[in-house]
Amino acid sequence: MPVRLWRKPLDAEKVKLPKAEIHILKNQCKGCGFCIQFCPKKVLEESEEINARGVHPPKVVDESKCIICSFCTSVCPDFAIFIVEKPCKEGC
Amino acid sequence: METVMAHPFAKYLREAMMPHIWCSGCGNGIILNCFVQAVDELQMDLNKLVVVSGIGCIGRAAGYVNTNSFHTTHGRPIAFATGIKLANPELEVVIISGDGDLFAIGGNHFIHAARRNIGIKVICANNFNYGMTGGQQGPTTPVEALTTTTPYGNIEHPFNLVHLAAASGATYVARWTTLHVRRLTQSIKKLLQKEGFGFIEVVSPCPEIFGRYNKMRTGLEMMEWFRKVSAIENFSDPAKAEITPERIVVGEFVDIAKISYEKLIHEKIAEINEKKMQW
Repeated sequence: MPVRLWRKPLDAEKVKLPKAEIHILKNQCKGCGFCIQFCPKKVLEESEEINARGVHPPKVVDESKCIICSFCTSVCPDFAIFIVEKPCKEGC
Repeated sequence: METVMAHPFAKYLREAMMPHIWCSGCGNGIILNCFVQAVDELQMDLNKLVVVSGIGCIGRAAGYVNTNSFHTTHGRPIAFATGIKLANPELEVVIISGDGDLFAIGGNHFIHAARRNIGIKVICANNFNYGMTGGQQGPTTPVEALTTTTPYGNIEHPFNLVHLAAASGATYVARWTTLHVRRLTQSIKKLLQKEGFGFIEVVSPCPEIFGRYNKMRTGLEMMEWFRKVSAIENFSDPAKAEITPERIVVGEFVDIAKISYEKLIHEKIAEINEKKMQW
């Protein structure tokens, strides 16, 4: 087993992983597909619906996999996607 | 999730001008995105920032940013920017323009601005051809590339823009592709903090005009090409950094400190005035 799997960080209970909230401004998307292709965790995929510009905007497959690297925000030429960290409830 | 939030960079863009005219898969939007992000991270005063652009697809960038901006005649953004910078050295003047604009018709302005070390910052989008007018061969078209005016393959040798800038005496020279968004943002941040003349070449995909003649029909295919052939070599020799279909050397090439022209000119004026007072 690789080291990273059997070793557990000492502060694993204390540290909470940040939860991402992905916002897609569907009608601004021009369907270039950069965010889908270059997402390191493959969180996005092309959707079936057609937006105001006649292209398929991306849709979220699994929001929990997102690590908030915000590469999609930077690589989007149309300012159509951005990530915010979900506000943590229950005082964590 | 369903509530519509504004994009974090929306305040830096002119809402009335959005959406922009650039094609799907074009890299100009990414360059604008990285520039806006760098401005956001540096918390710059938008009243002291001037964006100048020339003619071409990316010439529209000046109209999209919500700062002082200036859309100038073909090939002359550096000439106009020089005027702005010398009249008011407090302003941060950034030129966002294309390769045809800056190096074909405006080539002379570029080398002399770099030689004099005027404190203006140049971000050049290199898409290998004249995109807006229909894809004619330009000064950066690679050898053997197909364009509308070279249907049997280009026989001219292209400019090596980073070598030209470094040889002309620019204090900061870098080249990135639109895939290197993080490094490009960091590089623009560094550029905006430099005193003298700085230059960043951004290799940008042009799938609709350049790519379709060269077997790269979509922006994704051009970006995959960048991913395959680009190699980061910081502070390597810019003379060996020519762009070929097999290899694109990216990275920072020059980062030196040199006193800028506008500082020298205002020092000189003060010196002369002082002498006059003594007479």
